[in-house]
Amino acid sequence: MDWGTLQAVLGGVNKHSTSIGKIWLTVLFIFRIMILVVAAERVWGDEQDDFVCNTLQPGCRNVCYDHFFPISHIRLWALQLIFVSTPALLVAMHVAYTKHEKKRRFRNGEKIDIEELKNVKFHIRGPLWWTYTSSIFFRIVFEAVFMYVFYYMYDGFQMPRLVKCNAWPCPNTVDCFVSRPTEKTTFTIFMLAVSGICMMLNLAELCYLVIKVCMKQPRQTTALK
Amino acid sequence: MNWAGLYTVLSGVNRHSTAIGRIWLSVIFIFRIMVLVVAAESVWGDEKSAFTCNTQQPGCNSVCYDHFFPISHIRLWALQLILVTTPALLVAMHVAYQQHQEKKLLVLTGHADAKHMEEVKKHKMRIAGSLWWTYMCSVVFRLLFEAVFMYIFYMLYPGYQMMRLVKCEAYPCPNTVDCFISRPTEKTIFTVFMLVTSSICIVLNMAELVYLVVRACARRSQHHSNPSSGKSSFYGHKHSSEYKQNEINQLLTEQDGSLKDMLRRNSGLQEKGDRCSAC
Repeated sequence: MDWGTLQAVLGGVNKHSTSIGKIWLTVLFIFRIMILVVAAERVWGDEQDDFVCNTLQPGCRNVCYDHFFPISHIRLWALQLIFVSTPALLVAMHVAYTKHEKKRRFRNGEKIDIEELKNVKFHIRGPLWWTYTSSIFFRIVFEAVFMYVFYYMYDGFQMPRLVKCNAWPCPNTVDCFVSRPTEKTTFTIFMLAVSGICMMLNLAELCYLVIKVCMKQPRQTTALK
Repeated sequence: MNWAGLYTVLSGVNRHSTAIGRIWLSVIFIFRIMVLVVAAESVWGDEKSAFTCNTQQPGCNSVCYDHFFPISHIRLWALQLILVTTPALLVAMHVAYQQHQEKKLLVLTGHADAKHMEEVKKHKMRIAGSLWWTYMCSVVFRLLFEAVFMYIFYMLYPGYQMMRLVKCEAYPCPNTVDCFISRPTEKTIFTVFMLVTSSICIVLNMAELVYLVVRACARRSQHHSNPSSGKSSFYGHKHSSEYKQNEINQLLTEQDGSLKDMLRRNSGLQEKGDRCSAC
């Protein structure tokens, strides 16, 4: 079970998304997951091995690394991507449930073309609209929460070259040097920018859905008149 | 055979599960197996190489690591996930057995064409009769395995928190030696995360148990309140697995010539078989 399987699972949801939703999914897979896997993981690969402290005291390096990096960027991004892509499964479950209901009606004698049922695209209205809107809302919330967690833990997104550590058993204050700080800063800013773009896309999709519903209401009321 | 292979095997079971069962399967694959593979394994990757003891005594490092980590968290989680997902295969086997019986029945009643065979493969089995018992057993075993592994975790690593420092005095370490664990905070975070998802899965399993019992009781009380439904309910009740099982058993226990006699004698039964294969 890896990113490929997640892509297969979410690819199915794509069929029932809006155009903005499809763009969002593409940005997620190409600019975030793929970058994480092919590039970022290599940059952070030697983060602990190459974290060097100016001391021979055994254990000081471990403790200082743990103190300054309670959870690695890579793991935080992986968790962020998992949480952000999961609300789309709410939509997938709703669509599956609707298809199941239609099949049940078909079995009970109503005339519905079974082939059409497999390929039909569900319009985002009624209860599906609410499910879809909730999923976008949760996506936005998770993105924001993780961006805040990043900011809170790493004080501003920049990776310092040098950190000063005086946790036990380090004798006095010890200089510790982080490996590849500039490259890490570059990737952090990149992932942050793409995360911001994804949030914008989600907000745009939310507005689009709300406007679509509002436009339909006056049209219905004028049609009734 | 890897996690993807397990996913393929279990996706097939998904079709015959309840809604809660499907949610449980999604939680297992996305929040436990996937997190294990993409994140947790890299956190524990250097657990032995970065385990440092304040001594130059050869062998002390290895002995202390072995003393404090008899079995790594990652391996325990992998075992837990394999054992917890495996009872679903009981259900898969039972469903395959029932489908095999249905196909045999179709062959015996002369409806063994490709269309009917495909229908047997595709239609969703209702969780009733013997399949209900199998499904219940699988959920009970899942619960049991989850609880056992959580207890083992608690016994081996009391408190779930990973210490930064452990004091070791196993031979050949001279006196007491300080040993430092790599990434203790990150490990604690992931341990708590896996613990929380494990509890969510236990709650889902219990909810599924309650749902199945309530559904069975409701069905039984409905059956008791309509005892005189007669033949019309038989014909209308197209997916009654008990009915089909009785019919299959009756047909299959009488082999060879006696089978044909029986079929001729019970032309009514054959009619029922016709109707059932048309569903």
